Amino acid sequence: MSDVVIVDYGAGNTRSVRATLHRLGITTVVTNNPLSIYDAHQVILPGVGSARSAMAVLRESGAADALRRRFKNEKFTLGICLGMQLALEHTDEDDGVATLGLIEGHVRRVEGCMVPRLGWSLVEPWNEAFYFAHSFEAISPHTTATAEGVAAVCEYGSFTGVQFHPEKSGLVGERWLAACLSAA
Amino acid sequence: MPFRRLIPCLDVAHGRVVKGVKFVGLRDVGDPVDLATAYSRGGADELIFLDIAATVNELSTMIDVVARVADVVNIPFTVGGGIRSVDDATRIIDAGADRVSINSAAIETPELISRIAERYGSQAVVVAMDVADGVVFTHGGSRATERSFEAWAVEAGERGAGELLVTSINFDGERSGYDLATLRALRGLVQIPLIASGGAGSAAHVAEVLEVTEAALVASIVHDDPANFPAIRRTILETGVTLRPYEETDI
Repeated sequence: MSDVVIVDYGAGNTRSVRATLHRLGITTVVTNNPLSIYDAHQVILPGVGSARSAMAVLRESGAADALRRRFKNEKFTLGICLGMQLALEHTDEDDGVATLGLIEGHVRRVEGCMVPRLGWSLVEPWNEAFYFAHSFEAISPHTTATAEGVAAVCEYGSFTGVQFHPEKSGLVGERWLAACLSAA
Repeated sequence: MPFRRLIPCLDVAHGRVVKGVKFVGLRDVGDPVDLATAYSRGGADELIFLDIAATVNELSTMIDVVARVADVVNIPFTVGGGIRSVDDATRIIDAGADRVSINSAAIETPELISRIAERYGSQAVVVAMDVADGVVFTHGGSRATERSFEAWAVEAGERGAGELLVTSINFDGERSGYDLATLRALRGLVQIPLIASGGAGSAAHVAEVLEVTEAALVASIVHDDPANFPAIRRTILETGVTLRPYEETDI
């Protein structure tokens, strides 16, 4: 299997994603080079940082266009946490930022619970606990799994986004990541 | 609400995990990576590493520990001690930590809280406060400040802290229970998660504090025998605290 490309946008903790994939026997390349991102069989858009600076880096590097072309050509991309939120059309974070617009939906501040929303939470319908750490949440018609009413998974076409951190969700997370990448 | 969290705290000095009573009388309790692996496999929800001997030169020792932990541990972990700038936070997060904890540096430069939060999000910033006699102490609990713990907690939250780690100095290592009065006062004042620290002597103490706070640090009661961690966790669950479902058969 070819390397999984992890998109580097300057503020992400890519080491944990890399380490988890290596434990699963998957090799990775961390880059913001648009050609590498477009060409890859599988791409992961990880998530730590703020939406505005992430979008600025993705636009300037050409990675944003590469991610859009991947989506158009049905090549698989997995977005984690902020990486999922960036795939929607707009976020309220940082006074409002236009995001990649791969899939329909927007991002707003988490309502109805303590913010930041930190900790393990049951994802339904899977009935398994994953780790969440976020202050903003996705509102999308493509939500396919939830955790306490918050969008946990948004997927459409060749994009899958998860609000939780599979790379930080113990063996449950590792199993999910392995299954996700082998299916894609 | 997500499940309550049980967080083993690993105090690190010169690359080794140590434990003392009231911040003094340190004894060596093991290698950070070995202990982190044991707790992670035993069902810990997160880990916290606090470098209690941190100096400017020592940050690189801790970065090496962080990187080694990140390569083997698949649960979230926070790192504190010696982080005095956004660049320090960047080095720790790039090495694989999920969050940084800042203490004395936040008191000296409160803007540091918002600067790290702007770069990495509030969820990446834990403000640790050592409390005794109603005020906040700095420098590992050795220097009293004039700040009331209530006022500082509110200010830290307003500046973008994602979580408060509250250690009651007079309770730390005593194993007589957490400082419930201080924690209750804070729970009524701030809207961000609280991590209780200092004083756990039994699973019952942990269960008791998790009625008040979202998370509890444990150190003394687990470091004596890390292999016993799953049993302590089970005892806490049996009291009715909602920890995440975790099967030891996963190991």
